[in-house]
Amino acid sequence: MDILILLLALFVLSLFLGVELIVKVPPTLHTPLMSGTNAVSGITLVGALLAAGSDTSPMLVNVLGFLAVTFATINVVGGYLVTNRMLSMFKRK
Amino acid sequence: MSPTVVNLIYLIAGILFILGIKGLTKPSTAVRGNQLSSLGMLIAIVVTLLNAEVVNFTYIIAGGVFGAAVGAFMALRIQMTSMPQMVALLNGFGGGASLTIALAEYFSVLNVDANSFAELLVPVALSSDAFGEGGEGQVTLISIGLTILIGAVTLVGSLVAFAKLQGLIKKNIGLPGGPAGNALLLLGAVIALGCLVISPNQAVTVITLVALALLLGLFLVLPIGGADMPVVIALLNSYSGLAAALAGFILGNTVLIIAGSLVGTSGLILTKIMCVAMNRSLGNVLFGKMAAAGEKIDADEIYAGKVTSAQPDEVAMMLEVAKRVVIVPGYGMAMAQAQHAVRELADSMESRGIEVEYGIHPVAGRMPGHMNVLLAEAEVPYDKLVEMDRINPTFEDTDVVIVIGANDVTNPMAREAEGSPIYGMPILNVDKARNVVVIKRSLSPGFAGLPNPLFAMDHTLMVYGDGKKAVVEMTTALNQS
Repeated sequence: MDILILLLALFVLSLFLGVELIVKVPPTLHTPLMSGTNAVSGITLVGALLAAGSDTSPMLVNVLGFLAVTFATINVVGGYLVTNRMLSMFKRK
Repeated sequence: MSPTVVNLIYLIAGILFILGIKGLTKPSTAVRGNQLSSLGMLIAIVVTLLNAEVVNFTYIIAGGVFGAAVGAFMALRIQMTSMPQMVALLNGFGGGASLTIALAEYFSVLNVDANSFAELLVPVALSSDAFGEGGEGQVTLISIGLTILIGAVTLVGSLVAFAKLQGLIKKNIGLPGGPAGNALLLLGAVIALGCLVISPNQAVTVITLVALALLLGLFLVLPIGGADMPVVIALLNSYSGLAAALAGFILGNTVLIIAGSLVGTSGLILTKIMCVAMNRSLGNVLFGKMAAAGEKIDADEIYAGKVTSAQPDEVAMMLEVAKRVVIVPGYGMAMAQAQHAVRELADSMESRGIEVEYGIHPVAGRMPGHMNVLLAEAEVPYDKLVEMDRINPTFEDTDVVIVIGANDVTNPMAREAEGSPIYGMPILNVDKARNVVVIKRSLSPGFAGLPNPLFAMDHTLMVYGDGKKAVVEMTTALNQS
């Protein structure tokens, strides 16, 4: 239970940090913010790798892991690339 | 690699995500921020791959290569006008990833090697602490259940949002009973979740939960119309982050919790900004219709005999003598792909010494910041894109406002007509300018279904036709004079 409390504390503090950070993002960058956070939420790839890569699990788990890896990789690759594409348009003057 | 080192590296990844979002607070630091964030992602992935638990690389390589190809193709080929569709899909895949991780986690504990669907439904013998001892086991099961619920709603809801934005689904259909039907689905899902916690050895509880959550996602978004999409996309963005954070609780993984809650708050804040900009509550956007007007407003009565139309060259003559012009874009500019033409018109005006700015309403377009991205694509400097609160006081000193493809966000009824469905919504006060030019296909109403008295004002000129063509003709006429 101790660990759970720590995780919960991390969750709540991250929420507050999120609010402080996000309110400072100007409306001009709201679309890149959304695609950029899409990429960040691709961090689930970490969990997906653990599910897809275990050797002892039944087939069903590996298939679910494969789907999870696919979804998360689309988010990571697609999210960062499209955000970069948009932001480099904002950069030039 | 020891768990301590792995967790320290996850912490570094978390810090890089935070610095990445911090970079997005200024356009000049944004590209660098995005790079820092992707660096954090890279080290988190590499350190996970070195983990001793990851031994079977077949599925990882297959999923990774396929996902990377799809992601790169989408990111490099998508048109800027279709960015809302892209973000909707990414939201959905984020939800899908969390959903499948939670299911994988559940079935790996259950450890059934089922060859058919029926075999899956047979209860299995499970020790009481299979998901963790006592309270911990229940917390894990609740996390699994909530991740499945939110992940599945996000997946299907986002796919429906994508289909609507892409024009594949045109009707706004809801469950009979509307919100009540959705409430029943949610209640059923919560009951299934409760059953899962009480008897985790029965996979039928999880399968029921998945089915109900998928239906809930479908019927939550199906009834919602096009112009409310900014709110829906922002909200689903928040859900996808929340699902990732919950998956972090299942796996006891810190970086998932940090990243997921950052995404969750980001989506939530954008949702709130969009709701405030429409003067509607979140509940009203999700479940309500636009309030029907107390008395039907007769469009003919407002427009009859009062609307003046003009040709593009007449507008050009007006622009010639102007000192300050404000361009107000809306979804129609995206539809007509007119952003480059608009930029050229602005260039032509600026070369004559006319001051040009753009007035951007927060809900213009189909997602937060949609207009800004389109105009950035057309190489309009971002400091010319002015937010509603800052542009509104300047309209009185503006000679000409050009409204292109925007309607409801300029409707003065929002300011003046008490009892009107949009009364109280903050608008761009374009009617305060000396002259207003509205480029529009016809006098048809916007999403709110209301006539716009702006079109009938004495100082308003209507230019009918395709947005791009009209703007190009104005530029040509202006260049020739």
